[in-house]
Amino acid sequence: MTASRLLVVATKSILKNKMRTLLTMLGIIIGVGAVIIMVAIGQGAQSRIAEQIQNLGTNMIVITAGTSSSGGVSRGSGSYNRLRVRDAELIAQESILLSGVTPVVTTFTQAVGGTGNWRTLINGVGVDYEYIRALTMFDGSFFNQRDVRQMKKVAVLGWTVAENLFPDGDGVGQQIRLRNVPFTIIGVLNPKGQTASGTDQDDQILAPYTTVQTRLRGRSFISQILVNTSNPNDIPAAEEEIAVLMRESHGLAAWEEDDFTVRNQTELAEAAQGTTEVMTLLLAAIASISLLVGGIGIMNIMLVSVTERTKEIGIRMAVGARGSDVLTQFLIESIVMSVFGGALGVLLGFGGSTLLSRFMGWGTEVAPDIVAIAIIFSAAVGIFFGFYPARKAAALNPIDALRYE
Amino acid sequence: MQKEKKTVIETSGITKIYSMGGTEVHALAGVDFQVDDGEFVAIIGASGSGKSTLMNIVGCLDYPSKGTYILDGVEVNKLERNALADIRNQKIGFIFQGFNLLARTSALENVELPLLYDRSGNKYNLKKRAREALEIVGLGDRADHHPNELSGGQQQRVAIARALVTDPSLLLADEPTGNLDSKTSVEVFGLFQELNAKGITIVVVTHERDVIHYVKRVVELKDGLLIRDELQTPRSAAEDLERIIAAEIDAENAAENTVVGADESAENLAEDVDEDVTVEIVKETPGGSTQDINELAV
Ligand SMILES: Nc1ncnc2c1ncn2[C@@H]1O[C@H](COP(=O)(O)OP(=O)(O)OP(=O)(O)O)[C@@H](O)[C@H]1O
Ligand SMILES: [Mg+2]
Repeated sequence: MTASRLLVVATKSILKNKMRTLLTMLGIIIGVGAVIIMVAIGQGAQSRIAEQIQNLGTNMIVITAGTSSSGGVSRGSGSYNRLRVRDAELIAQESILLSGVTPVVTTFTQAVGGTGNWRTLINGVGVDYEYIRALTMFDGSFFNQRDVRQMKKVAVLGWTVAENLFPDGDGVGQQIRLRNVPFTIIGVLNPKGQTASGTDQDDQILAPYTTVQTRLRGRSFISQILVNTSNPNDIPAAEEEIAVLMRESHGLAAWEEDDFTVRNQTELAEAAQGTTEVMTLLLAAIASISLLVGGIGIMNIMLVSVTERTKEIGIRMAVGARGSDVLTQFLIESIVMSVFGGALGVLLGFGGSTLLSRFMGWGTEVAPDIVAIAIIFSAAVGIFFGFYPARKAAALNPIDALRYE
Repeated sequence: MQKEKKTVIETSGITKIYSMGGTEVHALAGVDFQVDDGEFVAIIGASGSGKSTLMNIVGCLDYPSKGTYILDGVEVNKLERNALADIRNQKIGFIFQGFNLLARTSALENVELPLLYDRSGNKYNLKKRAREALEIVGLGDRADHHPNELSGGQQQRVAIARALVTDPSLLLADEPTGNLDSKTSVEVFGLFQELNAKGITIVVVTHERDVIHYVKRVVELKDGLLIRDELQTPRSAAEDLERIIAAEIDAENAAENTVVGADESAENLAEDVDEDVTVEIVKETPGGSTQDINELAV
């Protein structure tokens, strides 16, 4: 039989058994579609987290109090080994690798002004904070060195705060009260969105750390120190430099452990990436199960149709079909069904992913290698279970194939 | 019979043994069977005597357990599967005891099937040839019907058309009239006689005594052995068919003449009479059913 004639025979046979064809393809369609959608969700989340970490600021290093080895609950957790502004000042003065340094003083309070009040995070920071965190102004300007030195009562609002207190966008120049202290709004930040863990980065008010320390907190220690380097390659050296300066600032003896932790952005990223990778893997596992179930569906339908098909093979052989004719026909049938089902599955996957991003707001990313794996797997199942019974039947005497029950 | 005939089928010492659960069934116990070119042979025998088994081997659908089978001078029991497939395709037209048509496939496509596997390289129009074969069996108008939309007799005729479509030199039919009424059976045998007259060798398995009058030679199997082999002068199936039809018309006319009354009852009676006539024809009498037909026709 010529190839084109075989193709015609195979296509006719596929169309003849519409139900069987549909059920077989359904397994492939759902399997492939599910894998693509699930992995797209996982990968979408992963790349969104990567993006957000990048969004935190470039080449950032975070210094916090407490040893990393004992999980921050170090033995001498007295006030003396907390971070202080002078630590930040020392690093800023002595460092040669760092391009920006800012202490961060954090407190929560009610902001009163504009249309009402809003409980939010107050971050007391230095001028470098704008640059380290890669912030951009929506309106007005960031405070300057003089504001910090003179403990000016000025504030820069995050997008969420501005939206809630000044929905008309006329916040700049107005006053808000934080713990009854009036602050003049000098700027509003562009939105940054949520962090990987879901905190709204725009729900905060920035003010000079000097002002926050004296007016709002009344304590001398600070939450963390943020620094950055201009070149990512400098980060390891910068971390060592920071460690030396911090030990000096804290007056630690050679035998004493660090009472602070220095972490860079890559480490933060890796931690976050780790969780999302687990999530992606989990989703992929679930999807694989659906692919497997799809595969079993294909298998069942193929096996159930064996009796009927064995008789058909017997008839074909009785009128002169060679074993190879029958096998090729079945192989083509299986391939046509798998490829067609796989293609529909890919369409379903793309469609589903797009719908999810559009209506649920989930970031999705269709990975080509997963598409390929899903298609190959279901095609393999379809081909194997389509072909295997055919091969068995074609090895029979025609009369035995005809008699098969 | 004057000139030297070519031998088409020659089996010697063919046995077929089925072993099931320890017991062995000798379906064929050493059959020497020879058929010359142009013969029209009927194989008869009780149920289970091995008729189908012999036909399947002769039709290259099955291998014998022992013995040799020479088809057109080729020892086919030594051939490999592909060669046998080609022989089935080119030389033999096989009509099965149970039609064996492809389901959900039109009559035309069923008939076309053997042509799909034709490796002879000859160029022809598949559809046209299949349609011609259907015309021969009188089913030209049912080409697009599926087997489940056809009567038993029509399915049988599709199976015959499929066997004829490749122009085989040997036609093997296993109970081709097993599912047909007597009139249709006579029709089928008329067709076989026509084909035989054109030079096709035909072997038919049957256990209906009335149709064996139409063949040139009768062979009887019993318990896997040939016990009888007789030549005879065949009756003409075409003539018998004419008589049957004439008898039917007579019966109808007679019914119409005798019954005076409502059209409905006349029709019913006509049907009754019709059935009676049919029974007469089918009825097996030692003298042969042909006489009955003659008497009726005269
Ligand atoms: N596949 C098989 N397996 C086992 N035994 C078989 C098989 N086919 C046939 N037989 C046995 O072989 C014997 C001959 O069977 P075969 O079908 O040739 O009979 P037959 O003469 O065609 O009968 P019928 O007129 O009923 O069709 C029977 O006894 C049957 O039981
Ligand atoms: Mg039989």
